[in-house]
Amino acid sequence: MKRLIEIIRRDLRLALRQGSDSVMVVTFFVLTVILFPFGIGPEANILERVSPGVLWVTALLASMLSLDRLFQADYEDGSLELLALTPTALEILVIGKVAAHWLTTGLPLMIAAPVLAVLLHMNGDGFVALLVTMLLGTPTLSLIGAMGAALVLGARRGGVLLSLLVLPLYIPVLIFGVGAIDSAVQGLDYSAQLLLLGGILLAALPLAPLAAAAALRQALE
Amino acid sequence: MDAVTTFFEMGGYARFVWPAYGLVSVVALGLLVMSLRGLRCRQKELAALQERLPGRRGRVWE
Amino acid sequence: MLGLSTPSGFIKVSKLVSPWLWTACVLLIGAGLYFALFVSPADYQQGQTVRIMYIHVPSAWLGMFGYSVMALASAAGLVWKNPLADLVAKASAPIGASFTFLCLATGSLWGKPMWGTWWAWDARLTSMLILLFLYFGYIALQNAFDDPGRGARAAAILALAGFVNVPVIKFSVDWWKTLHQPASLMKMSGPALHPSMLTPLLLMVSGFTCFFVAVLIVRVRTEILAAKIRALRLSEIHAAQGSGVAG
Repeated sequence: MKRLIEIIRRDLRLALRQGSDSVMVVTFFVLTVILFPFGIGPEANILERVSPGVLWVTALLASMLSLDRLFQADYEDGSLELLALTPTALEILVIGKVAAHWLTTGLPLMIAAPVLAVLLHMNGDGFVALLVTMLLGTPTLSLIGAMGAALVLGARRGGVLLSLLVLPLYIPVLIFGVGAIDSAVQGLDYSAQLLLLGGILLAALPLAPLAAAAALRQALE
Repeated sequence: MDAVTTFFEMGGYARFVWPAYGLVSVVALGLLVMSLRGLRCRQKELAALQERLPGRRGRVWE
Repeated sequence: MLGLSTPSGFIKVSKLVSPWLWTACVLLIGAGLYFALFVSPADYQQGQTVRIMYIHVPSAWLGMFGYSVMALASAAGLVWKNPLADLVAKASAPIGASFTFLCLATGSLWGKPMWGTWWAWDARLTSMLILLFLYFGYIALQNAFDDPGRGARAAAILALAGFVNVPVIKFSVDWWKTLHQPASLMKMSGPALHPSMLTPLLLMVSGFTCFFVAVLIVRVRTEILAAKIRALRLSEIHAAQGSGVAG
């Protein structure tokens, strides 16, 4: 547990020193969402109808932006090998990295999302659902993404490859995330979607670090 | 003759039925031909190598 | 298991089995085509387009079967470090992907006259589309490394992760579909299949499966030879370096 917090702190410190990652991700998120009114027109009712989907799809893409560097820098400068030699399990390292990734991308996206929802004229009933689905969904994105990032270490064209591996696996999160907001906007009960999102998160929490650690091990061989 | 024409007309759906069957046979046969060609290629390559390097066997496992 | 887990054992067994497989494949598909095109009646709702089903359903089956073979072989390769299992996984991916594509293409050709559109976001078609992308990711990851062993191991982990995810994706797509169900669309297949349709369907499914296994064997043998060639090349380089140092 102590090691876990140490890893998170180390990654956060590195992220803060470089400073740009979170800002870049949020800027990408905002910019891409702003493109939609230009693409489909400024009519409030159309924007309102597509706003949950637009926000979630863009959030998926934005959270993928910083993934390819999740392990890459440590892999290249050899510190990943040193970390693997310490008695701490690689799984703990992965969880620490995922937590740091979520704090630097998922959390800022969650904070930015309601502002963008206002720009897209989202119905007021959807805001709580938007925040809760983001809270339950974005950690899953970071977890699955970490697995993808570990798999493409040392691959040619890792960045593009990563999106090909990870995006199909993101689809359930997208479906239930948007579904919950749609239900909320229509005034329906959306606890089922939240339970499903939570279930996916609970399943990904042990499985994704296991797979990612296995991938890291064979990358270091 | 009439029976043959009605058969190929497929109740007016010939435009959809026959391309479907054609596509499946083209892709399946293409897959087969490509797999067999790959095998032939490797066999030739291996034979040439073994001629050049007599006495050595490409032991991969064991 | 019959010495199947070593390359030489595999080649021996495959040489024994292959002729029978090809014979069964030709006979089953021949009989299946006869029943599918001549004997079975036109459906009272779908008309003659029902005949597309006899190649669409087996393709869909092989698309899913191929992914299962790939994932199980990947698991065997990871757990027992058996290189032959890695080769089976690698060899089954392009075959499975081809049939997944065929399932989508024939589904589209069936959908145009029946649904009035080339593509509908039908739950099954959508799941197959996602499956196709899972195949693409697997094949791309496998070819992305200079060391083929590294590619095989990374791809094996991905195949397993995908396999765990397939039911989740399937469920979520079904769920998404029931939410957005347009009333006018017809169900892809009726609740009960008439025996006159079941016969060609079963014949075609078993014939297609024989084809899959037979082509898989050819591809695995190709991979074994490729590994041998790589080993010979390496030993040649080592020999050249050795003599260079000595001279």
